[in-house]
Amino acid sequence: MRALTWHGTHDVRVDTMPDPEIVNPRDAIIKVTSTAICGSDLHLYDGVIPGMLAGDILGHEFMGEVVDTGPKSTLKKGQRVVVPFTISCGSCFFCEKQQYSACDNSNPVDKQDLSEKLYGHAVSGLFGYSHLTGGYPGGQAEYVRVPYSDVGPIVVPDGLKDEKVLFLSDILPTGWMAADNAAIEPGDTVAVWGCGPVGLFAIQSALIMGAEQVIGIDHHPHRLELAANLGARTINFEATRVSEALMEMSGGLGPDAVIDAVGMESHGFAVDSLLDKAKQKVGVGADRAHALREAIMAVRKGGRVSIPGVYGGFLDKFPLGAMMEKGLQIRTGQTHVQRYTKDLLHKIGEGQIDTTFLISHRLPLEKGPEGYKNFHDNQNEWTKVVLKPGE
Amino acid sequence: MPRNGDWMRQAQNSFDHYLPDVRGIRSRSRRPETLIGAVGIGLAVGAVTYMAARLMSSSNPPSDSAPGRTARRGPWFGDYTVSGRSVTINRRRKDLFAFWRDFQNLPAFMENIKKVELKDDKTSVWTIAAPLGREVDVETKIVEERDGKLIAWRSVPGSDIDTEGRITFSDAPGRGTVVTAIVAYKPPMGELGRLIAKLFQREPEIQGRRELKRFKMLMETGEITTSNPQRQSA
Ligand SMILES: [Zn+2]
Ligand SMILES: [Zn+2]
Repeated sequence: MRALTWHGTHDVRVDTMPDPEIVNPRDAIIKVTSTAICGSDLHLYDGVIPGMLAGDILGHEFMGEVVDTGPKSTLKKGQRVVVPFTISCGSCFFCEKQQYSACDNSNPVDKQDLSEKLYGHAVSGLFGYSHLTGGYPGGQAEYVRVPYSDVGPIVVPDGLKDEKVLFLSDILPTGWMAADNAAIEPGDTVAVWGCGPVGLFAIQSALIMGAEQVIGIDHHPHRLELAANLGARTINFEATRVSEALMEMSGGLGPDAVIDAVGMESHGFAVDSLLDKAKQKVGVGADRAHALREAIMAVRKGGRVSIPGVYGGFLDKFPLGAMMEKGLQIRTGQTHVQRYTKDLLHKIGEGQIDTTFLISHRLPLEKGPEGYKNFHDNQNEWTKVVLKPGE
Repeated sequence: MPRNGDWMRQAQNSFDHYLPDVRGIRSRSRRPETLIGAVGIGLAVGAVTYMAARLMSSSNPPSDSAPGRTARRGPWFGDYTVSGRSVTINRRRKDLFAFWRDFQNLPAFMENIKKVELKDDKTSVWTIAAPLGREVDVETKIVEERDGKLIAWRSVPGSDIDTEGRITFSDAPGRGTVVTAIVAYKPPMGELGRLIAKLFQREPEIQGRRELKRFKMLMETGEITTSNPQRQSA
């Protein structure tokens, strides 16, 4: 089969790889019909995530047709499914609590040591996202082996086209969980740093959850336009002093909840992010986090801090004093995708959520490397790239 | 001649001591057992050195209820390589006990054990893979068994590998069963001994932990997780 593989920083290629097979009883094989490049794939592209090996197949946002099933899979050949990027066994302590992205069993035993050392506990398995999270071949390929296929994949009705449901794999539930973690109450002002895919879906979700106003912060005019189209107010941080603007736009109170949908690719024009960047060049771990620091300073006393943005290492100059003295709550984590897919699929079917506005480019899988380069270099126009294997 | 079981008593006492504490019901009256264990192994392997390390260590004051094997200065088990680890498995105690009690199931999650043949209800022969494609047979006997709670085994005298193991199962309300396995090896002398030592002493802690995790996967999910997309390759 053809698959998009990682070979080093800013070096991805489409290679011919062996087709995947059913290995364990609960497996299924999916023939991929649509797969997207994610903002977090750019972390791999930039080489800032440890545990990547040359030849690893990327991609964790994919959907397709079931073409083979193990004896314990509950899927049937021919079904169309969207596959969550988080791999979950469904039967451990965490899965039973619906904390699917904390699954104890989905990261193979020999791959657990690295994250156990880095984070104190082994992380769960994810598709196409380094050997830290299991070394699973990803979905930017013609075929994927999906373990625990009786737990993760959600069957979608034929009436809903790929582009309407593809983002159930990650960014839609991730944006939704970001808003969920912000514990929104009527009358709230919610500020969202980053109007990339997750930020935009967080904005959309926060409005559905009843926020009085949602403020999107970015510097790409087109992304701010998309935020405004969803009903958000916007701040361009290149033109505006963000903290002062947020105070004024929330009646001098500060936002009730803040969402950092930027993560470690944060690139505000500030001294602290330059410092972070310098440290990141020196070695693993100094996350660039200007947005998070600004969000913590901006949020009102007793407010909520939600972090869907991806971080991998350590953070300097974390405003812990502001956290403590203002009595903030912080909630974060990889998305518990399976907790949200059913409800979100329903909302898509009802027309309450539309995700297709985000897609700026559609390319055949063979042009994947071009997609990565443009998505990386030109974030204003390239808001979301969908790759089509076999085209 | 040190008695075979002394290190085991020490390690197990420390675990017994620790496990109930996880569930918040340990009573302080158990503390003397640890001391008895300490004295036992102290006499066996060098009283002065051991007692000094054990009792003078600032990380083991009477107010510290952690298991001995987590001490900053690790306990000394003489020639034995000891690994021990606890894991919580989301299954009923009696199911886990039953699966483990059938030693023929061990190769399903223990990488080095190629096969197990039963001689009688208490005795079995384990074929263990050694480096360079060699194999070693070890005959083991169950020396203690408490239904649903504990299995302890020991190699019979004259085995290539002197080994003992003990696995305990205790209820973890609302989250299944805490399983604690402690396994010790003392390799033989000679070339084979060095090979086996290499196999078991390289990273016995990691190996023991991985085996328990595979046991947990098998019990909770019915399979052992792999990210390999093909059946045949390793
Ligand atoms: Zn993603
Ligand atoms: Zn699980």
